[in-house]
Amino acid sequence: MSQFVERLDAEGRMWEDMYRNRWQYDKVVRSTHGVNCTGGCSWMIYVKDGLISWELQATDYPMIDPNIPPYEPRGCPRGISFSWYIYSPIRVKYPYIRTALYNSFQKGLEKYNNPVKAWEYVVKEDDKKYKKARGKGGFKRITWDEVATIISAALIYTIKEYGPDRIVGFTPIPAMSMMSYASGARFLELIGGVAMSFYDWYCDLPTASPQVWGEQTDVAESADWYHSKFIATVGSNVLMTRTPDAHFLVEARHNGTKVVVFSPDYSMVSRHADWWIPVKPGQDAAFWLAVNHVILTEYYYKKQEPYFINYLKQYSDAPMLVILEKQDQNYYPSKYLRASDLEEFQNEENSDWKTLVFDKLTNKITLVPGSIGFKYQKEKGLWNLELVNVKTKEPVDPLLTFIDNYDEIVLVNLPDFVNKKDIQRGCPVKKVVTKTGIKYITTVFDLLNAQLGVNRNLPGEYPKSYNDDLPYTPKWQERFTKISGDTVINFANQWAQTAAKTEGKCCIIIGAGANHWFHSDLIYRSCILALILCGCVGKNGGGLNHYVGQEKVVPVSAWATIAFALDWIRPPRRQNTPSFHYVHSCQWRYDRDSIKMSLPWKNIEYNHAIDYQVKAVRLGWLPFYPQFNVNPIKIVDMAKSDGAKDNNDIINWIVKKIKSKEIKFSIEDPDNPINFPRVWFIWRGNALMSSAKGHEFFLKHYLGTDCNAIAEEADLSNLKEINVVKEAPTGKFDLVIDINFRMDTSALYSDIILPSATWYEKNDLNSTDLHSYIHPLQEAVKPLWESKSDWDIFKFLAKKFSELAKENLPQKVIDVVATPLMHDSPNEITQPVVKDWKYEDIEIIPGKNFPNLAIVERDYHNVYNRYITLGELVSKVGVGAHGLVWKEDDVYEELKELKSIKIGDKVYPSIEEDIDACNAVLWMAPETNGKIALRAFQEEQQKVGLELTDLAKDNVNIRYSFSDLVAKPCRALTSPIWSGITNQKITYTSYHLNILKKVPFRTLTGRQHIYLDHQYYISFGEMLPVYKPRFDYHELGDIVKSHLDPKTTLVLNYLTPHGKWQIHSTYYDNLRMLTLSRGIGGIWISDKDAERVGIKDNDWVEVFNDNGVVVTRAIVSARIPEGVCMIYHSTERTISVPKARNGKRAGGHNSLTRTRVKPLFMVGGYAQLSWDFNYWGPIGVNRDTFVLVRKLEKIEF
Amino acid sequence: MDVRMHVSMVFNLDKCIGCHTCSISCKNIWTDREGTEYMWWNNVETRPGTGYPIKWEDQEKFRGGWEKVNGKLRLKLYKWAGPLERIGALLALFYNPFLPTIDAYYHPWTYAYKHLFDAPYDENNPIQPTAQPISLITGEPVEIKGGPNWDDDLGGSPLYAYNDPNLSKLSEQEREMLFEIERVVFFYLPRICNHCMNAPCVSACPSGAMYKRAEDGIVLVNQNHCRGWRMCVAGCPYKKVYYNWHTGKAEKCILCYPRLESGQAPACFHSCVGRIRYFGVLLYDFEKVEEAAKADLNEIVQKQLDLILDPFDPKVINQAKKNGLTDEIIEYAQKSPVYKFVKKWKLALPLHPEYRTLPMLFYVPPLLPIKANKTGDTYGIDKDLFTTIEKYRLPIEYFANMFTAGNKELMKEVFKKMIALRIYRRAITVGDVDKGVLNEAGFNEEDANEYFYLTSIAKFEDRFVIPTFIREIKVEQLMEPLAYKAKMGFNIRQEAKRGG
Repeated sequence: MSQFVERLDAEGRMWEDMYRNRWQYDKVVRSTHGVNCTGGCSWMIYVKDGLISWELQATDYPMIDPNIPPYEPRGCPRGISFSWYIYSPIRVKYPYIRTALYNSFQKGLEKYNNPVKAWEYVVKEDDKKYKKARGKGGFKRITWDEVATIISAALIYTIKEYGPDRIVGFTPIPAMSMMSYASGARFLELIGGVAMSFYDWYCDLPTASPQVWGEQTDVAESADWYHSKFIATVGSNVLMTRTPDAHFLVEARHNGTKVVVFSPDYSMVSRHADWWIPVKPGQDAAFWLAVNHVILTEYYYKKQEPYFINYLKQYSDAPMLVILEKQDQNYYPSKYLRASDLEEFQNEENSDWKTLVFDKLTNKITLVPGSIGFKYQKEKGLWNLELVNVKTKEPVDPLLTFIDNYDEIVLVNLPDFVNKKDIQRGCPVKKVVTKTGIKYITTVFDLLNAQLGVNRNLPGEYPKSYNDDLPYTPKWQERFTKISGDTVINFANQWAQTAAKTEGKCCIIIGAGANHWFHSDLIYRSCILALILCGCVGKNGGGLNHYVGQEKVVPVSAWATIAFALDWIRPPRRQNTPSFHYVHSCQWRYDRDSIKMSLPWKNIEYNHAIDYQVKAVRLGWLPFYPQFNVNPIKIVDMAKSDGAKDNNDIINWIVKKIKSKEIKFSIEDPDNPINFPRVWFIWRGNALMSSAKGHEFFLKHYLGTDCNAIAEEADLSNLKEINVVKEAPTGKFDLVIDINFRMDTSALYSDIILPSATWYEKNDLNSTDLHSYIHPLQEAVKPLWESKSDWDIFKFLAKKFSELAKENLPQKVIDVVATPLMHDSPNEITQPVVKDWKYEDIEIIPGKNFPNLAIVERDYHNVYNRYITLGELVSKVGVGAHGLVWKEDDVYEELKELKSIKIGDKVYPSIEEDIDACNAVLWMAPETNGKIALRAFQEEQQKVGLELTDLAKDNVNIRYSFSDLVAKPCRALTSPIWSGITNQKITYTSYHLNILKKVPFRTLTGRQHIYLDHQYYISFGEMLPVYKPRFDYHELGDIVKSHLDPKTTLVLNYLTPHGKWQIHSTYYDNLRMLTLSRGIGGIWISDKDAERVGIKDNDWVEVFNDNGVVVTRAIVSARIPEGVCMIYHSTERTISVPKARNGKRAGGHNSLTRTRVKPLFMVGGYAQLSWDFNYWGPIGVNRDTFVLVRKLEKIEF
Repeated sequence: MDVRMHVSMVFNLDKCIGCHTCSISCKNIWTDREGTEYMWWNNVETRPGTGYPIKWEDQEKFRGGWEKVNGKLRLKLYKWAGPLERIGALLALFYNPFLPTIDAYYHPWTYAYKHLFDAPYDENNPIQPTAQPISLITGEPVEIKGGPNWDDDLGGSPLYAYNDPNLSKLSEQEREMLFEIERVVFFYLPRICNHCMNAPCVSACPSGAMYKRAEDGIVLVNQNHCRGWRMCVAGCPYKKVYYNWHTGKAEKCILCYPRLESGQAPACFHSCVGRIRYFGVLLYDFEKVEEAAKADLNEIVQKQLDLILDPFDPKVINQAKKNGLTDEIIEYAQKSPVYKFVKKWKLALPLHPEYRTLPMLFYVPPLLPIKANKTGDTYGIDKDLFTTIEKYRLPIEYFANMFTAGNKELMKEVFKKMIALRIYRRAITVGDVDKGVLNEAGFNEEDANEYFYLTSIAKFEDRFVIPTFIREIKVEQLMEPLAYKAKMGFNIRQEAKRGG
């Protein structure tokens, strides 16, 4: 056998140097990928011969606990293929402009010899043919100077003519590259433009999270999964989309953890399941409500699990008292009983915002601390979760149920949305004398048992057993989920037993597969209920782990200060994007589904979502820009010439004009040119494709170019709050600027493309909720060709803008900014009942029943100077988030010492370079500066009245700088801005702080909310988690005009889960990824469906509905269920897209979707149901869509 | 006893998340050049499936590996020449119908990306530009019909998964059942060169260009000596040697020896995000190699294990030292995670041992979800907490065909241990089950905990136990290391040239 080993001498093996030489490199630089993937992985970038050669993962994460798996190596196939992009032919190397626009501008320049006037010529005088040319080629190179002049001219013209609130900017989720986000947002806020939200628009925002916890999203880091003993994944394909984290789930299995996967298709993560449960798409709520039915029956009624009961009493609203309202002899669940309802408590401050329990020890209705009224009252220290009587400080044992202690049993009407009728179920009640008479009250827990049909031997339509087909038994859910009732019962028992044995170590990993449905909040609330009932929230290894977007900007308070220019001007203009696009891209005009799908229960106000939307803006619930049909920088002059003397006068003047309808909200007449948005900056993202629900409507109404939608407008004749222009306008935007490193769909359709540095060519910060470290992005090579970092691009624009402004905007500019009633501010306790000043004879009070109005000065000549320096408000006002504010005057001085800039005779900390801005964030944030963490906890401790600063004491001497992050990943410090703890060996999990330290949740009751008592929730029957059925395709408006031939065409539910070969659309066009997939983002369909209409694997198919057309290839597979198809989010129109049958280019995945909004997400001024940026508001749902699929014999490029 | 050292690997398929990060780290570093576009030294296959190149396991078609004829080993490639083996070898040089064609791999492509920048606006016929696929070989527009991962996640399952060669013995009906909702399943099989102990590629090479390095067993193609006969491509039953059409030479996985030599794990190991890969060395008895390669198929796995020596055995240590293995190497062999998985716990198995190549890469098989039942259109699952062998979604023989040359009992023993470990850890961490199951599976608590540590907690340095690659001694044969240090890097980088 000797022939098998080396026979060559050393010399003969010298050739081996060939491969050794390839492996050699000149330096390695730590960076990461600024893409919305939640990875936040630390990478080493290899540089050879001055070029980037490849990347490999860093493996030096500081260890959290030797008894759990380490984080190394983090990374995925997308990330490791990034180096392909750097020098690839899809790289944007130079600034580009559409020739037709350029020529038009040149004509204007020749005529007027002034760039601002030239822009006026483009949009007022010339033919505007460039809008039709959008997306159809014809780019030319342009210099940076020239392009910055055109952009600045357009901005200045728009500000003067229409107002700065007509200038908007969209960039995705900041955490992935915080300062790159901040660059454009800062520039826009300095000029009075609008930063658009992202998390809600992507539908990544789990609205149930603010509903239940008052929190945008907070979740466990992935290492915490390892502590779990039962993991259920719901619509979350951990292996595919949390690639670097997946090993924790896999490794937990080897430590005896059970894994159950809920997914309609046999997905990647199903492969690691013990049980794969293919619940029918979007029907998860039915399964989980039945699980809760079993848990309540077995662990609360038949036997009482003490761990569960104690948890529920202290940390949920289950013991809170609810009034039953009588209507036509029937009783309905209504509002919480509040301190204001009872004589005894009427002297309490904020008594409308204090809820009550029934104390078992004293047999009395009792006020316990913690509800939101205590947060905002003068006497501090009572906002906590102690179970004591607020007055006497005696311990309180709140009754969960009146079943052993009732005055009467009353039949309560509850909604059954399947049979579209009320069911009446007995509920034990107490009689109480309130200020408005004698009322029946019960507990949230008793109502929950009634709603879920838990058989407690009470009268009414209760099921007798699990096998009764009544809501919400295991048997009942079978027809929706197609999963057997026995499976539900087994699951519920194993789940609850595990939780009882381990004190809450059961977790749910949930994601887009559940969150992208119209009623995603009901699915989520059903799942969360199983966690709350089993005491799993706030426990290591437990809780709801919602991972969809990389929403967690760890140093959020400090970052937001810079990003929204809060150091210079407050308040910022921030828009919730779903409402913006729903209205401005005219999609409301096609919407015939939103109210139908909402399935109202009783007494609804409007029959179209747009009316709710307008009302929400009017009452200050949601922001909307443009604000008014008047330029906000002209309004002050108008008021002054009408006699207004000070800011108060101006605001009163505006209010008067609104009341008299002389000034209108823009949203009341959105298709009037005076109310169009005009200039749109897109950076770091693909706003026209990836997230663009109703993409084809964007092309038509925003851009004015070709579009494949054939949908007809809905019947708009009965709208109450909005002016319907006869013909919907097209091409609303005058200028779309895309800042990009690659030629994606948004770049292709924009007027101007600016080349940006990639993630290996700039310095920035990166964090995620999947781990607790903060990473740098670093410049491994200087920005290539003519690209610049985002920070430098907006700095460059700011400079040009400031120069042009001196000539073209010479006078002082005063701007009026309207902002909504904000969560975590006193605004959130302003509307205990909905009162509309438009219809009721009440006064308009900005900040109470109307948006806040602020008068601010815009210093347009100093935009550049302000951009590069940290403003004095940091020192004067401080920094904060989530309702906490602390001082930063000392840090402000320290930052000056680090690096400063003198402007005039004043010295400011410099944030001129990206690294300076990163350092400013790191020094100001409690998560990266231990001194600030302690300070923030001191503030929080005062409100709560319990010891909290012990969590910060060990960290006071830690302060990270950018160079520390470069040296190795640094773990974020525990801070009161977040709900978890990262001290010592502790893995971060959400609400750990709330449970451990009794800090209230930021909700009405201060507890986790099972019940939502806002009158809108009652009228839509969603006070408790309920099941609302899904609609079939013929009930929805996507397939009305499209022709359906059942012999050749499939009707399929259209799902767009996150993909394996892309992060949204990034990497989709990367050759590595396209090679490892099939060269195209194909459509997955089941083998059985495919056979039915003669589609074979890799056939070209046409996928279409009234919204648009996709032409792609079929991937036929047995792992896909019948009736469903999947195109992984998100495809591009740029790669391998043939023509559609009409000769136009076929579209991308969002060509088939349309925006639908649920009115219940618009509620405001009501504790946790109050707006904040990316926190609350309608979400861009898309998963209820149906499409037609048929084979294409021939295609043409 | 002739004790030698060999590098060896374990891939734990129960941990593989199918992400393909491994494939790309390799591609970025090694096969991104002209002529190598279609090569994936590391690839990941979905199973059931037909893999890359398509149906590579069908040795009736490709004739890779060894067969035993009259008590002797013969390359299967020479089969058609019957007893005239030598003539067969000669003839095969000029006529080799068993070589995979480019279509068996795939036709590499790119896109006309530039068009997106350059497309003019045509006022009369305006249309949005798109980047059409074009061939990386001809530059012409191309229709994409195959790729290196074409049947990923059961894509095209009626064509690919259904025709997995390891399912070929199942009846049509049995096979169809595997693709119904109660049983549908897949897992991933990452593959690199196995650096076989009995490498057929080396034997098949007519130019003497292929060799196994004496110090570590890594199989390489000398880029100066290769003449492009491609017998190695045909001879390798795993199809892990590739022909570079630009240089006219064969290339293959080099186990990242430049990284190993500097103490770093191969790039695909380093980048493995599922943390499924283990690297270590084994001591083996060179005298027993031939016997193992010739073993009866029902005991070939055991015979391969018999080759592997106990690094704690004083006799082995003594003999190893006599053979010139250093104390350090013996120590690394003792620490080797591969030794534990393969020999101590018998949890990792070679891929297709029936090819008689004695692969040095071993696989821990995957646990799968339990199969469901269906009543009407309602889907249900039994009460079992974890997977059981009885309710496996794939038949045991499927795995036996892959890993044990058909020996089902051996396969079951492995699965039993894996399931037992989970129950044992559950007993310890939750306490709602009985840990007694461990003994039945043939594990004691100490071994189980060590296995648990390696499969669950193991850190980078536990997974990759990399010994010295004695570079100074190798260099010394050429010149004084001090002189080498002074001049290294001054050589001119050059790529292999056609015919050179």
